[in-house]
Amino acid sequence: MSIETTSTTADERQGLDTRDMMLNIGPAHPAMHGIVRIVAVLEGEMIKETDVEIGYLHRGFEKMSETVDYNGVMPYTDRLNYCSPLINNVGYCMAMEKLLGIEVPERCHYIRVILSEISRIGDHLTCVGAGAMELGAFTVFLYMIKAREFLWELVEQVTGARMTVSYCRVGGVKADLPDDFLEPCRKAFEETRKVIAEAHGLLTRNRIFTDRMSGVGVISAEDAIAYGITGPFLRGSGVEYDVRKDCPYAVYDRIDFDVPVGTTGDNMDRYLVRMEEMEQSMRIVEAALRDIPGGPVMTNPETGRPIPAAEMVDLAKVGNIDAIAGGCAVAGPTLEGSGLARHPLIAADQKQVFLPAKENAYGNIEGLMQQFKLVMLGHGIRAPKGEVYFPVEGANGELGFYVVSDGGGSAYRVRVRPPCFAIMSALSKLLEGDTMADIVPTFGSINMIGGELDR
Amino acid sequence: MSPNELIAAVTERFPDGVTSSHVYRGDPTVVAEPGSLLETAAFLKDDVNLLMNLLVDLSAVDYSQFAKSANSAFFASSGVTVGPALQIPDKDPWPGPPGSDRFAVVYHFYSMTHKHRLRMTVPVPELNAEVDSVASLWPAANWLEREVWDMFGIGFRGHPDLRRILMYDGFVGHPLRKDYPVKKRQPLIGPQN
Amino acid sequence: MANEPSFLTTRLDEALGWARKFSIFQYPFVTACCGMEYMATACSHYDVDRFGAGLPRFSPRQADVLFVVGTISHKMAPVLTRIHDQMADPKWVVAFGVCTCTGGFYDNYATVMGIDTIMPVDVYIPGCPPRPEMVLDGLMKLQDKIQNERSTGVRPVAAERPEILEA
Repeated sequence: MSIETTSTTADERQGLDTRDMMLNIGPAHPAMHGIVRIVAVLEGEMIKETDVEIGYLHRGFEKMSETVDYNGVMPYTDRLNYCSPLINNVGYCMAMEKLLGIEVPERCHYIRVILSEISRIGDHLTCVGAGAMELGAFTVFLYMIKAREFLWELVEQVTGARMTVSYCRVGGVKADLPDDFLEPCRKAFEETRKVIAEAHGLLTRNRIFTDRMSGVGVISAEDAIAYGITGPFLRGSGVEYDVRKDCPYAVYDRIDFDVPVGTTGDNMDRYLVRMEEMEQSMRIVEAALRDIPGGPVMTNPETGRPIPAAEMVDLAKVGNIDAIAGGCAVAGPTLEGSGLARHPLIAADQKQVFLPAKENAYGNIEGLMQQFKLVMLGHGIRAPKGEVYFPVEGANGELGFYVVSDGGGSAYRVRVRPPCFAIMSALSKLLEGDTMADIVPTFGSINMIGGELDR
Repeated sequence: MSPNELIAAVTERFPDGVTSSHVYRGDPTVVAEPGSLLETAAFLKDDVNLLMNLLVDLSAVDYSQFAKSANSAFFASSGVTVGPALQIPDKDPWPGPPGSDRFAVVYHFYSMTHKHRLRMTVPVPELNAEVDSVASLWPAANWLEREVWDMFGIGFRGHPDLRRILMYDGFVGHPLRKDYPVKKRQPLIGPQN
Repeated sequence: MANEPSFLTTRLDEALGWARKFSIFQYPFVTACCGMEYMATACSHYDVDRFGAGLPRFSPRQADVLFVVGTISHKMAPVLTRIHDQMADPKWVVAFGVCTCTGGFYDNYATVMGIDTIMPVDVYIPGCPPRPEMVLDGLMKLQDKIQNERSTGVRPVAAERPEILEA
């Protein structure tokens, strides 16, 4: 700051007229992977202040969630953080499960953990790759997208889609892992590790890269917390806060992994934290694949008390409804479906919470009925009145879902706590005092995702 | 601290400021008076036993249509309506929206030191919808409050720069209010330099 | 016979079309999720360079094809139209992903229901997001279109936009 003042006074002494320059960057700018507008006030090359404008990708996630049923929100959650859609799925499902008060089976938890971590690696690869590309390291970008492609193929084997997966269901996941999942997973990780090693070789000690990343975009731990920053960004500043460790969900408390932290809180630290987190994520997946138990992947429905069909009809005829409540008819083979298992705590006509697997929905009458009844408005899940907040560790930080239910068939309010919103709100502070060229690496280290920032 | 201890700590300090409190699904919630919002928030942030240094989330809920929707969209065209679903008795029922006011501003806090979470809701009336800004305590609230203003039209007294954030300047209305139709579009407004 | 194109001009058109279709300078207007698939298509696995479209130009004045990748909101639409206006003729527009084709499932107050309400579109690539194979297919369709276009042809202009799009 002192240099600045002396230069200004020197200019004044010489009678020079100095003015600040306004620079508009965005909303469509080559060095910005994401649409955001930064209006910077420059003094020479120094950034005096910036005004960050967001909202260019606001597409009404929260309003749309109020118009569809609970399972219908799932595709919308995919498109929040589209680099790691599975983590959004998991976050929303776990919030809903908390509201409904249901427990999912062990195996489902493990599958969710495995896929969350694979997504996290993909997200970090994109972030580091795109950030490096903007600094001129195009090779790294190509390598990292190559690695991401291997991971996406893995995701595709499990979910059937590359990125917008809608794989989780309230009460479970869509389908089990494929039988021979270990081998492709091992191969993909081998490739990913190679790419990470290559990226380390190309970047970590690269003079150009370190010069542009070190000491740039510094934020102290106190400031980062005050701005509500979480995730790799906060860990870069040296705060060991990770939802997976501090408020463990699913089975993270049973899996051994480290939380890498930085020291200075500059771009370089955040880059290194992300690189290390990818390694840790692979470690988690490997441990989870080793420990994963067998069993169902959806909520265990309780089978109702079996009542012979004829008896049930007689009871119904005389109006003795209480006697048949909670029971299920045992019908002959021609009346399939009536013996379907129920979940008595679910306020849905079908007494089941999850959509059936696609092969059931298309393949047999029970699955078709279950699907049909759950997707009809007014017949799907009806959560009890209440409000819950559930945080998960997204790729950018704490991703929380706050769901309010009024007992109806669709959520009364779904609020997402988007992790990069907090980071973007601190962007002005991060850029202040740096030079104009520092906007690019700092912005790259934020990993701004429009879908999650603007919703 | 456990959820009940948290609530006790806040209620003890502000017997008048906290109108009600409950624990639902393990989430402790205190309902604070709008008048004592700043005081309560400052206490939450600075008290050594609470130390809620992370403002996780700040949002709002429009309770004007709460439990009033017919949920009969599927049959609406045929004129047949489906009654609201039978409520399954909840083991720990939720006491309901905070107060009878239309809006509620919802704060979620987390303490990095003690690793506990707390939710605070503040009822806001429809007329003169305004509460105190907590942006002076947590800079994170700056943008979050702008978003609440943009989406719900709830003002924040003492906010440094209260303007729209997600929608554009020429947008009329507040889209997340329950009376804003989901498909109501507005004319395109050209880029402003 | 006077209106019929002569042998020379058709040969010239063909040659021009052939040259143009393998030297596509694209402007990727990336806003949302589809951008991830766009990246995947552009990188080594699917290698869009094989089709002569490997060099993205992030400057509208030097680009031939505008790839609109991702949801266009009401806040973004004026920016997009300005970029389209800045591009020099001949120019083509590709609607990448279902949000740009029709608005997709974001039928609400914030989004534009298909970019063809604000500009003419040459190729629609539906999908949410489209797979890279599909993007390449769309690109080849665009190449066909460029090949068969008359250099003297008049480009269609965008239809007048209604004042207010009410639901």
